[in-house]
Amino acid sequence: MFIFIVRRVLQTIPVLIGVSLVVFLIMQMVPGDPAVLLAGESATEEQVNQLRSQLGLDQPLYIQYFDYIKNVIQGDLGTSIRSNRPVLDEILVRLPVTIELAFWSIVVTVVLGLLAGVISATKQRSLTDVSIMVAALIGVSLPNFWLGLMLILYFSVQFQIFPVSGWGTFAHIVLPALTLGTSGAAIVARMTRSSMLEVIRQDYIRTAKAKGVKQRYIVYKHALKNALVPVITVVGLQFGALLGGTVLTESVFAINGLGRMIVDAIRMRDLPLVQGSILVVSALFVLVNLIVDISYKFVDKKVDLN
Amino acid sequence: MEINQSNVETTIEDPNFLPKKKSPRLERVKSLMVKLVTNKMSLVGGIIVLIYFVAAVFAPWIAPYDPLGIDLPNKLQPPTADHWMGTDDKGRDILSRIIYGSRLSLTVGVVSVLIGAFFGIALGLISGYYGKFVDTVIMRIIDVLLAFPGILLALAIISALGPDLINVMIAVGIFSVPTFARIVRGSTMTLKKVEYIDAIKALGASDFRIIFLHILPNIMSPIIVQGTLRLATAILTAAGLSFLGMGAQPPSPEWGAMLSDGRTFLWSAPHVATFPGLAIAIIVIAFNLLGDGLRDALDPRMKN
Repeated sequence: MFIFIVRRVLQTIPVLIGVSLVVFLIMQMVPGDPAVLLAGESATEEQVNQLRSQLGLDQPLYIQYFDYIKNVIQGDLGTSIRSNRPVLDEILVRLPVTIELAFWSIVVTVVLGLLAGVISATKQRSLTDVSIMVAALIGVSLPNFWLGLMLILYFSVQFQIFPVSGWGTFAHIVLPALTLGTSGAAIVARMTRSSMLEVIRQDYIRTAKAKGVKQRYIVYKHALKNALVPVITVVGLQFGALLGGTVLTESVFAINGLGRMIVDAIRMRDLPLVQGSILVVSALFVLVNLIVDISYKFVDKKVDLN
Repeated sequence: MEINQSNVETTIEDPNFLPKKKSPRLERVKSLMVKLVTNKMSLVGGIIVLIYFVAAVFAPWIAPYDPLGIDLPNKLQPPTADHWMGTDDKGRDILSRIIYGSRLSLTVGVVSVLIGAFFGIALGLISGYYGKFVDTVIMRIIDVLLAFPGILLALAIISALGPDLINVMIAVGIFSVPTFARIVRGSTMTLKKVEYIDAIKALGASDFRIIFLHILPNIMSPIIVQGTLRLATAILTAAGLSFLGMGAQPPSPEWGAMLSDGRTFLWSAPHVATFPGLAIAIIVIAFNLLGDGLRDALDPRMKN
C-alpha cells in the first residue's frame, strides 16, 4: 500500500509539469509583444528593450519556461498587471470561497445522486425509476448558468426564500451549490443505479435474500457498499467539472471566488493572473484525483490501478 | 424444404433469378435505423435534432422577423401572438433570434466535435496500435489535457486567442480530444489482438493500410456514439463561453450570449433569459437521448 501511494504521488509530478508547460505555451500564443504591452504606449524603444531583458523575454523559450517553473516552485506566480499585487496573494484571498462552494456542491452531488440512484435501482422499471432517470437526463443536459438564473428567478425574486447574490451565510450557499451540484448529481445517480443493479444480480445478494435478511438491510449494508466503488471515481471526476463550473456559477451569483476572478482577469487581459489561477485550480484538481485514487484503493483492495 | 429446392433450381438455371446480393453496409445501416426508431427515447431525440437542423438550414424562411432588426417601441414585450417568445431589450424578436442562433450553436458543436474527433482519433489510433513508448508519451499528453478541470482549458486557450466564435470552436475542439483519444485507443488495442489483423499483417499489409482500412472502420461504433454525446457537451460548453462573453459577440444571436443579455432584465422580463436557455437545454437533451440510443443499438455491451 505504501509503495502504491508513493508511486501514485510520483506519477502526479509529470502531469503537474505538463500542466505548467501547457499553460506556459498557451500564454506564448498571446498576440503582441508583452514587453511593449507592459511598458505602455509612451515608452521608448530603449525602455522596452530594457524591460524585455529585465523580464527575461529576450531569452530562448525553454529558459523562460525554466525560470517560470523555478519561480512557481518558490511560490512566485508573478504580479497581477491590474492590481500590481502578487498573483499568489490574489488567489489565496479568493480560493477559500471557491473551495467552500465546491465542497457544498459536492455534498449536493453525492447526497442527491446516491439517494436518487439507490431509489431508482431498488424500484427498477417502476414509475419512480423512470421519473428519476428522466430527471437525471434533464439534470445532465441543463446549462448550469441557466439553471442558476432560473433558481434566482423563482427562489429569490418570486418567493424571496434565498438571497439573489453574494456570499457569507448558509442561505447564500444553497442556490449556487444546487446550481453547481445538479449535473454531477445526475451523473452519480445514473452510475449508482447501474452499479447497484449489477451488484443486486450477484449470488451473495440472492443468498442474503434467501436467508431472509431484510430488504432495507440488503440494500444499504450489502449492495450499496459494493456498488459505491465505481461511484467514487465518478465523484472524483465530477470534482473537476465542478471546479471548472465555478467559473460560470460564480459569475451568475456574483460570488467573489477564483472562478469569477479568472473571467475578470481574461476580460482585463491580466495574463499573469489568468496563468497563475488556472495553474492553481488545475493543480488542485490533480491533487483531488490523487486522493480519490488512493481512497479508491482503500475501499476496494482488488483494484489494481497499475 | 421444397421451396428451397425450387429456389436453388431456378437460380442455377437462370442467373437473373439470383436474389440481388444486399450490401452488408446498407443492411447494417437499415438495422440500426430500425433499432433507433423502435427505441422511443432515441426516436424523440432524433426528431428534435432534425427539427433544429431544419430550423438552422431554413432559418430565413422560418423566422418571422429579422434576428437583428431593432424595434425599440416594442422592447421587452412578453410573449404575444405577434412575438411568440416576446422581444428583447432592443425589441428584437426572440423566436427569430433563437432560430438563427441554431445555425451558430449547431455549427460550433459540429465543427468543434470534428476537430476533437480528428485529432483524438489520430492520437488514439497511433497510441493503441503502436503501444509501448509511443503509447506512454501520447497517454501522458492526454492525462495533462484531462488535468484541466472542465471548461478551464477552453478558457485558457480563449484568453490567449481572444474572444471569438472561431476560437471557441478551436478551444472546445481541443477540449474534446482526450475523450476520443481514450476511446479509440482502447478499441484499437482490443482489435489489434484479433486474429484477422494478424493474418493481414502476415500478408504484408502496411501499418497505414491496417490502421485505416481494417481497424478504423471496425471501431466506428464507439466513435459515433461518443461523437453524438460529445455534441451535447460541445454545445453546452460553447454556450457557456459565450455567456461569459468569451465567444460570440453582440449583436450575434448566439443562445449563450442572449442568455447573458437577459440577465439584466431577469426581474422585469424573465422571458428574455428563459427561452434561449430552454433552446440550449432541449438540443442538449436531444443529443444525449440520441447518443444513448445509438450506444444501445451499436454497442449492446455498454448497455445498462
